[in-house]
Amino acid sequence: MLIKKPEAISSSEITPQTTYLNRRNFIAGAAIAGAATVTGVAFRHLADPAFTARANTKIDGLQKSPFSTTENETPYKDVTNYNNFYEFSTDKYEPANLAKNFKTRPWTVTIDGEVKKKQVLDVDTIIKMAAPEERIYRHRCVEGWSIVVPWIGFSLSELIKRADPLPKAKFVEFTTLFDLKQMPGQRTSVLQWPYVEGLRMDEAMHPLTLLCFGMYGEVLPNQDGAPLRMVIPWKYGFKSAKSIVRIRFTKDQPLNTWQESAPREYGFYSNVNPNVDHPRWSQAKERRLGEFLKRPTLMFNGYDQVASLYSGMDLKKNF
Amino acid sequence: MTLRLTKIAIFLAALIPLARLAWKALHDGLGANPIEVITHSTGDWTLILILTTLSITPLRRITHQYWLIGVRRMIGLFAFFYGTLHFLTYIWLDKFFDIHEMLKDIAKRPFITVGFSAFVLMIPLAMTSTAWSIRRLGGKNWQRLHRLIYVTAILGVVHYTWLVKADLHKPIEYGIVLSILLLYRVGVWASEKRKQRATSMPLRSRV
Repeated sequence: MLIKKPEAISSSEITPQTTYLNRRNFIAGAAIAGAATVTGVAFRHLADPAFTARANTKIDGLQKSPFSTTENETPYKDVTNYNNFYEFSTDKYEPANLAKNFKTRPWTVTIDGEVKKKQVLDVDTIIKMAAPEERIYRHRCVEGWSIVVPWIGFSLSELIKRADPLPKAKFVEFTTLFDLKQMPGQRTSVLQWPYVEGLRMDEAMHPLTLLCFGMYGEVLPNQDGAPLRMVIPWKYGFKSAKSIVRIRFTKDQPLNTWQESAPREYGFYSNVNPNVDHPRWSQAKERRLGEFLKRPTLMFNGYDQVASLYSGMDLKKNF
Repeated sequence: MTLRLTKIAIFLAALIPLARLAWKALHDGLGANPIEVITHSTGDWTLILILTTLSITPLRRITHQYWLIGVRRMIGLFAFFYGTLHFLTYIWLDKFFDIHEMLKDIAKRPFITVGFSAFVLMIPLAMTSTAWSIRRLGGKNWQRLHRLIYVTAILGVVHYTWLVKADLHKPIEYGIVLSILLLYRVGVWASEKRKQRATSMPLRSRV
């Protein structure tokens, strides 16, 4: 019987020397490429403001404001988990989660309409226009609840002055980002997207009107309107547009989204007013989150200094 | 015997929404606006249970599970129970017994008017839910009275539709379910009418 001894190494398994050397090159090349990628990603993480300007990042050099109330601040947990932000969801408890990966950098804001110089500004340029102030404001939702929030920002007038609007600019219009990929609520037709809000020029120039990019000492959390939002404390919350990408100066009064949606129920002015009820519910009282009994709602949410803006106006008609 | 066990199971299941609320209330789980959560949750469960009682009759006929009638009263009473909690939440937690404010609300706010009516109409139904009442009223009268549940259900859905700010998603879902349940009854009623007419027609013309 012939028993064939197997060869130690079959010839097919012997790698030619050139290939062998090529493989070495390949591995070395791959190692270099890999290292480069890792470095690149690491560098991007360090350099990209998206990774640095997130919520929980402290904002330094805050100035105190005489406009601040001494009332108890609403707990951070409530202000970040109970949000009317229809771009994400109509359920107030959902934006906290749905906005988790919302990209707030890079972010630009278009400034156009009736201005001397139309421009597109990086949000970080805008934020550095003036010194950040902490302003503890009452915030009243049209639904009948209220909170007290230490916002961070500066008066919108600082930006308006720099934008240099033309004399014929009578109103300012704010537009929220429209992004179906990031904002799942915009896939429903609950409201007309993008969300639009507006102010009369004198309202926009009022020192109380805040251009806001932070709260509770830190960068604004996504679910609260990052990276840039309005806060107009004497108006119902929906007037304070969130995640703003455009500020436009106009001759005509803008049609704000809620008015467009239900003109009988929501007007342009939407000043907090205990004497003018929402057609479907009373506005005389409000529930401050964290309190059991309702408290009376104050005219202009207690910011009487704006009353002169509306002297001679019928606030029942201009609700 | 099995009906008894089924009844116990349904009884316990119907208490789960309340137990969940109580658990959350004790463990700081009701979020930033607990009263709103309690109001919405009790309201939701009232509607769900009303629609459940309304689905018993169609289910029985379609699936021939005739024993289902044995659990209908209990589900109906639980609907009333959650409706009462919903109402109590309004007068106690929301209005804090401010009668004046509540009367103004009922007169001025259509969604409150409608919701209040829906609740009030459930009271006679709950009160006449006993076997003794059925005997006392007589089956026909009792049945006629208990058709009020249709009115309550419609008012309940209208109440929900009128109170939401913009997102009509959920009230529309309830509305669709209710429409199906009501259309089923219209269908049954129409086909019975037709049968009646057919049998009552004189022989000659039937040829």
